[in-house]
Formats: sequence, C-alpha cells, structure tokens
Amino acid sequence: MKKGRSSWGFKLPVLLLSAALGGRLGNRVAAGSGALWALLFALLALPLCEMGQMRAVYWAAFRKYRHLLEELVARDIKLKFRRSVLGMLWSVLNPLLMMLVITAVFQNLFRFDIENFPVYYLTGSLLFNFVTEATSGAMHAVVSSGPLIRKVYIPKYIFPLEKCLFAFVNMLFSAAATAVMIAVLRVPLGPQALLFWLPFVYALLFSIGLGMILATLQVFFRDTAHLYGVFVTAWLYLTPVIYPVEILPGWMLPVVRCNPLYYFVDFFRQVVLYRSLPGLETSLICPLFALAALALGVLVFKKKQDRFILFI
Amino acid sequence: MSAAVELTGVGMHFNMSRERVEHLKEYVIKLLRRELLYEDFAALQDITLQIEKGDVFGIVGLNGSGKSTLLKVISGILRPTSGQVRVEGTIAPLIELGAGFDMDLTARENIFLNGAVLGFSRAAMRERLEEIVAFSEMQEFLDVPMKNFSSGMVARVGFSIATLTQPDILIVDEILSVGDFRFQEKCEQRIRRMMDGGTTVLLVSHALDQIERLCRHVLWLEKGRMRMLGEVKEVCRAYQGG
Repeated sequence: MKKGRSSWGFKLPVLLLSAALGGRLGNRVAAGSGALWALLFALLALPLCEMGQMRAVYWAAFRKYRHLLEELVARDIKLKFRRSVLGMLWSVLNPLLMMLVITAVFQNLFRFDIENFPVYYLTGSLLFNFVTEATSGAMHAVVSSGPLIRKVYIPKYIFPLEKCLFAFVNMLFSAAATAVMIAVLRVPLGPQALLFWLPFVYALLFSIGLGMILATLQVFFRDTAHLYGVFVTAWLYLTPVIYPVEILPGWMLPVVRCNPLYYFVDFFRQVVLYRSLPGLETSLICPLFALAALALGVLVFKKKQDRFILFI
Repeated sequence: MSAAVELTGVGMHFNMSRERVEHLKEYVIKLLRRELLYEDFAALQDITLQIEKGDVFGIVGLNGSGKSTLLKVISGILRPTSGQVRVEGTIAPLIELGAGFDMDLTARENIFLNGAVLGFSRAAMRERLEEIVAFSEMQEFLDVPMKNFSSGMVARVGFSIATLTQPDILIVDEILSVGDFRFQEKCEQRIRRMMDGGTTVLLVSHALDQIERLCRHVLWLEKGRMRMLGEVKEVCRAYQGG
C-alpha cells in the first residue's frame, strides 16, 4: 500500500471505530447526544490518519513565518483604531455601551428573571462576538490577501489564522469590560473563576477551524459571505446570550445541543458567574468541539490550498 | 557544480472556463449546461532545464509567452500541474516590488511588515532599518502613509527590503524598469554585487541590452514552450531575428 495511512482501506475502519466509541461515550455522558459525539470523534480521527504527511517541514515553516503573524496582527490593530481618539479603549467601551442598551431594553421590556443581567449578557456576548468576528474575518482573509498570495510564497493558512488571533486580542480587551462589571456589581467570585481562560482557548481553536473552512469556501464561492451573514443571525438567537436557556421550548433543545457556543458560554458562566465547575457534558464536549472543528478546518484547507491561486 | 534550480517536464495548465465561475448560481447553471467541462489553457508545456549555481539566467519571450508563470512556478507561488520543480537554497522573489505593502500603513510600518513576509523578525529589521532607509533615500517620508507615494518610491522601498540579505537565488521580473535612471543603476550595481557573491539570478526583461549585459544563459519561451536555450549571444540574436 503506497499511500499508507491516507488510503481509505486504513481510514474507513479507523473512522468507524472512533465514531462508535464517540457514540457510546456520548450516550453515557448525556442521553441522546450519541450521534453528535460520534460525528465529532470521527472528525477528530480524520487528521490522525493524515498525520504521516505532517512532517517537521511544516513546523520549520511556521517558525519562519511567526514574525509575519505578529506583524499582521499589529497592523490590523493599528488600522482598526487609526485616527480614533480613544483607540484601543473602544474594545472595552463598546461592550459596556452595548450592555447598557441591552440591559435597558430587556429588563424593562421582557423582564427576564436573571440575576446580574449585565454580567450574564456580557459573558455571553463576549464569546459570541469573538467567534463571529474571528470567523467572518478569517472567511475574507484569503480572498483579500490575493494580491500578496499571487506574488510571494507565504503559507496561506497564515491569513485566516491571523484574523482569529486579531479577534482574540480584541476579545481580551473586551474581557476587561466584563471584569469591570463583575467588580462594579460585586458579583462574588470563587476559585473556579481561575478557569475563565479555558473557554477562551476552546473558542479560539474552534474559530480557527471554522474560519479555515469558511475561507476555503469563500475562495471558490463568493456567496459564502452572504449566507454566513444570515447564519450568524440565526446562530445568535440559538445561543442564550440575552435570554435564559429555560425559556426555550423542549423541541429546541436538540438544536441547542449541537451548538458549540452554547457550551462555551455555559462553561464561562459556570466559572465566573455561578461559582461552580461546569458539568461533565460541558467539560468534555467543549474541547471536543474545538479540536474537531480545528481538525476538519486544517484538513479542508490543506486539501484545497494549491488551487486557491487560480480563484483569487 | 550542482544545479540551483532543476525543472523536469514542468507543465502549468489553467482551466479557463472554470475560473470565471464565482457564484453558486453560475456554477449550477454551467453545470447543467455542461459548460464546466474543460477549456484547457497550457501556460507552460514540457519545460526541462537546469540552472547552475551562480549562473545569471535570462528569460525572454513575447507578452503572454509564460515568463512570469515560469518564475511563479520556480518561486513556489504556483504549483505546476505536471512535472517536478527542485530548488536548492533560499529564494528572494522580486516579482512585483512592494507586493506585501499595505498602502494604509506608513513606510516604516511597511518595512517591518514586508521584512516579516520574508521571514525577518522585528529585532532583525530594526538593525537593518537604517540601511534600507539609506539605500532607498526615503528619510523624509518614513512616517508618511504609502498611499501617498509614487510608484517609483514604492519600488525603491520594495527593492531595498528584498535585497537586504544575500539570497541563494534572486528572481527579478521586469523590475529594473521602474525608478529613475540613477536608481536603476544603483539596483544593477547591487544585483551585480550579489552575482559576484555567488547568488544565482533569474532575470526576465524585455530590454535585450540588459539581458545581454547581465546574463550568461538565456531561455527563449514561445507560447509556453521552450523555443531555444543556450548562450546569451546566440539566443538573443535568434530572438531578434525572428
């Protein structure tokens, strides 16, 4: 067998096996989520089959271009806030102002019974905005870097990766806004709050994966951006950012259960708002979602990247 | 001597009809009409050549004969549809000067950005900043956004960065025609110095006198095929003759 581990004769049994394993585990942890877990496990196993091709060359290339990554993030930050008086402070101020509006509207209009609503909203919107900002940025990254890609050899994954890191830096500033509100409203914190960075990392890995898939799609079909815009709106309503998850009708629960952001937000709120550790399901499925998305993204991108240049 | 660049049966094909499909709707319509089926265009066909280390190699040919495509294949920007490319050593591609520039940034910021495109860290660039500024003569304009620069000024900065270190292979596409004559002279001097230092140079130009002055071996491309390969004088004479 010349192609070794990337041939289907090897791949298929591995995928089926891991899917079966995932399915069983999923049903143990949370009844009814077997199918989703099976899918995630299969996705995770996929790049393991291709590992043979991921040689040390890639790491050497990555080391060479890490300066470029830094420079590109620095450029984006500079350009985003150039000529604005408050500059980077807007990343802190913006969520606070949004919080005022949302709190005013929802506490008077809809009267959800949520303790510390401003913090409840901020914790949700922080992660949700990060994921959508990162993935939308990554989606356009390859196409908009076309002039550069056509003239110099640069590993193309640098571009979506950079947009995700840029959004991540932005989110860290916005996280300061959440911290301020936690202090102002005197939300009691426990030692669990020290785990606050874990959902950040999960969301970042997930965004990189999804961003790479979107960037690939966008190269071949420019319609992707329009569709994704609609999708993000739907996604916002499927994620309990503003409303409490209890108001969802029962038939919606399976849908929400396929939503990685639901778990990321849940993890974050458990540790910073409710002084508890996330449940077993959330603890396990968060890294699973993140790594599965990353695996799929890297694979799709790698398969298609040589053809990018013909379409940009 | 071993070869710095070795091409074996390299071909580069583009699917022309497929490339114009940018929307899902178009794709479906074309799929139904079966228009997606190939409209093949061969930009390069069966290119086999070796470029020795330290050689200065020119490529001539009319517009659209595949010169730039060949350079892109060698520098790794395009992956050939068939054949093999083997390159030994680092490449500094001067395919279009200032390709990595973001015109909203200032010259100083762009120098760091472009340096990173070539794999230099911020600290390494800081050490070289002075040299770049001196060579490109852009002292006064260092903190001006580059969108206000003329194309000649952009090219100066681009050339200064790209030729900072001595690469093993230098790829020069038509760029010596930008900038005023004084700067062109400066560029040529710098390229000559690299040649003396053992750098392999690939040069594309329509200025035959330049090719004759600088190159040792020349490839004549015609419609993506090798028409002639040999000593500079022979090929240039044949090229001019027909």
